[in-house]
Formats: sequence, C-alpha cells, structure tokens
Amino acid sequence: MTAPFPHRHLLGIEPLSKEDLLAIMDLGDRMVEISERAIKRVPTLRGKTVLNFFSEASTRTRTSFEIAGKRLSADVINLSESGSSSEKGETLLDTARNLAAMKPDILVIRHSASGAPHFLARHLDCAVVNAGDGMHEHPTQALLDCATIRKHKGKFDGLTVSIIGDITHSRVARSDILALNKLGARVRVAGPRTLMPIGIESFGVEVFDRVEPALKGADVVMVLRLQKERMAAGLIPNPREYSRYFGINPRNIELAKPDAIVMHPGPINRGVEMEPEVADGKRSVILEQVTYGLAIRMAVLYLFAGPPPDEGIG
Amino acid sequence: MTLEEMRRKKSEGLSQKRRLLDKAGVTRALKSIAQKILERHADPKKLVLLGIRTGGVFLAGRLRDLLKSMTRIDIPCGAMDITLYRDDVFTGLSRPEVGPTELPGTVHGKSVILIDDVLFTGRTIRAALEEIMEFGRPHSIQLAVLVDRGHRELPIQADFVGLTVETQREQVVRVLYHELGEPDEVLLCERTKP
Repeated sequence: MTAPFPHRHLLGIEPLSKEDLLAIMDLGDRMVEISERAIKRVPTLRGKTVLNFFSEASTRTRTSFEIAGKRLSADVINLSESGSSSEKGETLLDTARNLAAMKPDILVIRHSASGAPHFLARHLDCAVVNAGDGMHEHPTQALLDCATIRKHKGKFDGLTVSIIGDITHSRVARSDILALNKLGARVRVAGPRTLMPIGIESFGVEVFDRVEPALKGADVVMVLRLQKERMAAGLIPNPREYSRYFGINPRNIELAKPDAIVMHPGPINRGVEMEPEVADGKRSVILEQVTYGLAIRMAVLYLFAGPPPDEGIG
Repeated sequence: MTLEEMRRKKSEGLSQKRRLLDKAGVTRALKSIAQKILERHADPKKLVLLGIRTGGVFLAGRLRDLLKSMTRIDIPCGAMDITLYRDDVFTGLSRPEVGPTELPGTVHGKSVILIDDVLFTGRTIRAALEEIMEFGRPHSIQLAVLVDRGHRELPIQADFVGLTVETQREQVVRVLYHELGEPDEVLLCERTKP
C-alpha cells in the first residue's frame, strides 16, 4: 500500500501537487495495457456506480469516462441535463440531491458554470470528478496531455510547450498551464489579444500576440479549438482571418523543433486553427491523446472510487 | 519507488525472530523446485513461467536461469501484477499501487507455472488465477512458492514448495532479494507495533 491519495475529489489541477500528478500519470501508464488485451476488462470496480452527469454536450469526454468505468467493471450511468431538470427550473442543488439519492460512488460532472463541481462536492457524499466546468478547469484533459507529452519526451524539465488559441475561454488551457508549471515545463501562450486574459502572466507563462515567435524552438505545440461562439461575440472577425494569423500550417510548424509534437484536445476545426496536413502529419499525437484520455480516466476512477462499502469484502 | 524506499517499507515495524533460509538454503530450495518441475513436465517447451509482483518476478527469473542450465531451453517468463484483481482494493483508505502485467506471448494451451514468494491466505493466488484466465485458456496452471507458511483462507495449495513452515497468523515472513540489493534470505519476523 502506498500513502493514501490525499484527495477525496478531483476538482481541478490547482489543488494537486507535482507528486499527485505523477502518481495519476504513472497509474495511467499501467492502465494503457488493459485496453490492449483480448478481454479489455478488469474486475476492480465491481459493484461501484459511476454517474456521468453532463449538462453540456460532450460526446467524447463522456464516452471516454464511460468506457473507462466499464473497463474497470463499474456500472456507468449517463445523465444529460439538457432538456430536463434545469429547463424545468430545478436548482443545481436539488438536482445534486436527487443524484446523491441514487447512491453513486463517483459523480463525473461536466457543467457550463465554473465551480459547479466544487459546489456539489460540498453537498454530496460521493467523490466528485470535474469533467470540465465553465471557463475554469478540465483536469483529466491536462493529465492526459501531460501523460502524452511524457510518453514522447520522457520529462518536463526544460521543455517548452506553446499553447495556441483562445486562452480566455479555455478550461483546457488553464488546467494545462497549471499542470505543466507544476511539472517543470516552460509554457508559452499565443492568441489574439481579444482572446487573451488580462493578467495571464501571473500564471507564469510567456505571452505572445503573434504565433511565429511562440512556435520558435517549441518542443510541444498545443492547438486549442476555436469555438464558433467567439465570432458571434465579435472577438474575432472571421475564421479565415483567424486561420491566416493563428492557424497552424505546414510552414509555420517548421519553426518548432524538428522533433516537436502537435496536440489538440478535439474536435478539430480543420482549416481554421489547424490545417489538415498538420493534424494528420508525422508530428501529430492527437489520437494518442485519446488513448491516454481513456487510461487517465481509468486511473482517476480507480483512485477516487473509495471509501468502500462495509459488506462484500473477501 | 526507489530500491531504498522499497527496502525501508518492507522492514518497517518488524523485528527479526529467526532466519528460515540463508542464501544457500534459498538456492537449494529453488533448485529442488526446478527439478520437480522438470520431473512433472516431459515437454518443457510447453512451459510458461509467470512471477507475481514483486518477489515472484525475481524468483521466476532465477527459475528460468536454473531451468535453462538444466535443459538448455529458454522458457518464456513473464510478470503479473494482480492488484486490479484483489478482493481488498477498497478496504483501506489508500489504493494499492498498480504495476504492469507483462506476459511473454500467449498462455493459451501452455503449462503455466505461477510463482510467488510466500503462500499465506491464498487470496493473491485466487486473484492471479482470475487474471491469467482473462488472457486465454492454459492447458494447466501449477503453483510454485518459495515458502508455504499456512493459514489458508481459500482452498488453494502449491504444487512445488521450497520450504513449509509453521507460523502464527500475526507473524510476517520476509523474503529478501539480491535483486533489491539485499542478502538472499528468508526471515520470520514479529510485528513491533499493532
């Protein structure tokens, strides 16, 4: 037995130490093998219930958590809030109490309101795992990104990671910056000024308002998804102009190190934030991120599935 | 975990009562196990050795070397981590560490020799049997252990035993490994704290 994992909930990267991050990533590395077996299942979470509560559309994160739970033999139930409780006027707390009454061991929550998982963690008995809350955090995405980087680069010290795109609205960027800083990498961010939060320097990142200098000599290039809503809000003129100034293409990617890897949390807007030649090119590790996403979520469910029922042991 | 940390963790809260096997004793026990395996298996080419992490993996490697010197055959040798199959994963506050399972090719149709250092309650072996079955249908599975200390909680017995020793339930049998920078020996210990 190792020392107890010192967290009851996975609410974000912020409360985790470097050791916590490495422990989850190490466990994730082990979990990869289970998905390569002929029988892709271990009995570890028999009798545990994982409730996937998604109030925002997200097929892939939800599916990833669902498969992760099933590979560990948990019972996984998916609930989407849209068109149900909140539209009928139920408060989040009432919804939460209803969910708790179903006695899940883990509640995986995706919510458009920043802090919703923290609110639920205060009111529920089960472990709460944040699968993305508003513009705040997306911890399993950061963990899978870091696990993918470690697989390719073997370390974080001395690495330069450039995150390109809409930093303001991106919980992925926020969690990645926090995790990479804790792990010892240097982080650069680049994007239009309208999509760059004021005071971002205080996160310990180097800020660029042009993409080329941010790419120069980078070991890892993380490209963020450009949401259509940002155009509607007038933050960028149109996709073509965004693509011209901030899109990653076969020419500007050559500014990065020859062995640099390219990442994207998906789904990709081909031709907007990234050209197809880059997304499908030799540097792309985008599909490996999906593989690690599953493994990291298995590790997270394993670590947070306690405490045990009193009966049924042995 | 570093070797030093592993060593420290293993000896924490224990005091040595007596030595059950010294270096020569461990070697003798393994040689005798290797001989008995060959007596029972006319075709060593069907054999697969699977060591249970951590100690069983070292012993499996040593058995493979012994069997090679006796038969000149390279017998496939793998490692199993049974953590995800344990029946007590969620009984404590901490989750046990998980190591990799690395099988040397298929177990289907093979004569598997499962190797562990100490046979005690039998629960580890129960978990290992379940895990092996998920990888295929071996022709047979046999169990080899360095020490059988009794106190079984399941109907599981070893086919090859280096040393059978009577112990009290609360005592601890510690196996030390040169692979971890320790002297090769087996100790019977008492717990110094509850």
